[in-house]
Amino acid sequence: MQGQNNPEDIRRRQFLAKSITAVCACGAAAVPLGAAFRVLTDPLGKGASSGAKIRITNLAALPPDGIPRKFPVITSKTDAWNKFANVPVGAVYLRRTKEDIVEALNVVCPHAGCFVDYSSEEKQFLCPCHKSSFKLDGSVANAGSPSPRGLDSLMVEVREGGNVWVEFLNFQAGRSDKVPAS
Amino acid sequence: MNPLFSWIDSRTGIGAVGKKLFYQNIPGGPRWRYAWGSVVAFAIAIQFITGLTLWMSYSPSVQTAWESVNHLQNDVAGGWLLRGLHHYCAQILPILLALHLMQIVIDAAYRAPREVNFWFGLLSMQVVLLMALTGYQLPWDQKGFWATKVAMNILGIVPVLGKPLQTVLIGGSDYGQLTLTHFLAVHAGLLPAILVVLVGIHVYLSRRNGPAGTESKITRSSPYWPDQLFRNAVVCLALVGTLLYLIFRHHLSDPQAALGAELTAPADPSEPYAAARPEWYFLFLYQFLKLFPSSMEIVGAIVIPGLVMGIFFLMPFTGKSKTGAKMNIGFLGCLFVGIGLLTYSALSHDAHDPDYQFAVKAATQESERVKELAASPAGIPPGGALNLLRNDPLTQGPKLFSKNCASCHRFQGGDGMGRKVKDEVSASELSGFASREWIAGLLDTNLVASPRYFGATKFATGKMVKFVKTHVGAYNAEQKEQLQKVIAALSAEAGLKSQANLDKDQAPIIEEGRTLFSEAINCSKCHAFRVKDPDLDAPDLTGYGSRDWMIRFIKNPAHESFYGEHNGRMPQFGEKQILSDESIGLVVDWLRGEWYQPGQTNMAALH
Repeated sequence: MQGQNNPEDIRRRQFLAKSITAVCACGAAAVPLGAAFRVLTDPLGKGASSGAKIRITNLAALPPDGIPRKFPVITSKTDAWNKFANVPVGAVYLRRTKEDIVEALNVVCPHAGCFVDYSSEEKQFLCPCHKSSFKLDGSVANAGSPSPRGLDSLMVEVREGGNVWVEFLNFQAGRSDKVPAS
Repeated sequence: MNPLFSWIDSRTGIGAVGKKLFYQNIPGGPRWRYAWGSVVAFAIAIQFITGLTLWMSYSPSVQTAWESVNHLQNDVAGGWLLRGLHHYCAQILPILLALHLMQIVIDAAYRAPREVNFWFGLLSMQVVLLMALTGYQLPWDQKGFWATKVAMNILGIVPVLGKPLQTVLIGGSDYGQLTLTHFLAVHAGLLPAILVVLVGIHVYLSRRNGPAGTESKITRSSPYWPDQLFRNAVVCLALVGTLLYLIFRHHLSDPQAALGAELTAPADPSEPYAAARPEWYFLFLYQFLKLFPSSMEIVGAIVIPGLVMGIFFLMPFTGKSKTGAKMNIGFLGCLFVGIGLLTYSALSHDAHDPDYQFAVKAATQESERVKELAASPAGIPPGGALNLLRNDPLTQGPKLFSKNCASCHRFQGGDGMGRKVKDEVSASELSGFASREWIAGLLDTNLVASPRYFGATKFATGKMVKFVKTHVGAYNAEQKEQLQKVIAALSAEAGLKSQANLDKDQAPIIEEGRTLFSEAINCSKCHAFRVKDPDLDAPDLTGYGSRDWMIRFIKNPAHESFYGEHNGRMPQFGEKQILSDESIGLVVDWLRGEWYQPGQTNMAALH
């Protein structure tokens, strides 16, 4: 071929070879890496779980004096490939404020996710991990509390026969607004 | 030079390494055939990338291994692609290795100074094959489980160390949890670590010694980058293209077909898998072993393969002379031809073996079925997906029928599994039992004494046959119409799923039929129906064909509410503890057509 050894031609040929090499190499590597990336990021696409209404207890189990009581939340659960029937998925504090009005708080501390305890002496919820305290209605009680927000309240429905149903949800810890945990 | 790069380079020397990698001179210039080594390395890299990600989705236990793989395959975005790449790349690697080896032997590239390099290549090949073997079992499906079991038995016959090694690897004498944890650690930890070291040394030595066969006639040389890398990259892309083709190929012709790698039903140690075969690249060994009687198996499994490997290891010495090198090529040629012939013979034997074909078909159905059950609203219970199949009437019913009922009864003329039965039929056909059609056949003068009903039983000359032949045969039009109503009423007792709508729509007719049963048609002369009457000796037809009625019947056909002392050959399956209550329930559910179907939300059928 004419001018095959012309430096300009060699440069051009080398550029072409380099470009094709780069495209082929990237194409070949992209397939396994892409598949791996897609699988690893699959949980990101799942979105927040929507709250399911779950029967927790009966009004008869709640003291009329407004003292909160802790109840496990028991429901069916899908965990990756398994389905479990009737397993605990969390817990709530229920408090009867009027004859047939019940307030529900998620037991999880919004600071770092520990379960709070109720102290009947102090009439407060206390977090054993970082000493946050919360009032009976769930609002932050101690100034300088590490918790960015009060305990998360949940929707309650008192249905026929005094059955107490709660729309159960967990929320993201560590932020001042209530965002459902994905 | 970039200051950041020069800072790093001055402390690591990375620039020199890069220069060596990219700008090393290739004597004789770039060649397409030099790309083999690179493509093998790339294939191994694909296995590392996909394998690591698979590992993140995998749970090694008897209750979760298959389940996690099925979840990845069917529920996780891109899971099928990831599995497909890993699976098919493992299938192609042996071919790439064989071609790489062939090239080395043909060029006699094992000669000095490349002997050690050649040995490291051979060792790496062994490790890759061991990885294929151990990886095959991890999905814990029927195919992998039974095929690996065979391989482990072969390991067990190795003198002295074989048996202990086998027991350690399996984690005891039985396959179970420890087998999976051990195999995963070996497949994803131990062997890859060994492979990295071996391949690392192999690549280092091949770079150190340069490509073979060019020493004497170097006319030109050029750097690795870009000309050789260009060739390597194109070949690697071709490999990925081939993998994608293999992943999509079934899908191209049938859009319903599953994408990616196959996953058969969950491993069931109690359910031998007649379709078990090693992966195709071990098929020759499987076929080769058939040539040896069991006392000589060690020769076929260990001694001869060991000798073959020994010959390969000695090639750098035997191939020093021209004649020696040619003999080595001849040996390799004979070996490949032999492997080809054995593989062909194994494949063609299976293709002409109806039992194998049947086993493959049954296995395919079972794997489809378990996927349906796993995707059902009830999902996979914590005990694992195997329970889904074990409690599934559609899967177990035919098997139980074939083993326990088909020596006398038939189902659609066969044994329930779709096979013909060698024994003479000696009891009724049970497909559609208690349906209107089935009962109408029983009350048909032409059919009642045929082998479909009582013809082959001791009741062939009994009262029922006589009744049908003499009375029913002489019915006038009105009586025939009444008979139809009685049939509807009797069939409604069964509450069959297939007739649910019909029974609902025709409730008044059924009600009428119940009255006609004892009045006009006079069945109640012999049969009790919705009233107890201990004096009647024909079977009580209250709840006829219902789940409860059938279970009670199968448990004890000689019970006084059924045939009593007139019972023929039918065993008392429950009474004599021939079948468990669960098994009887499964057969009954299957005969009645009660099993989960996709799209069904009512879970009552499942439990």
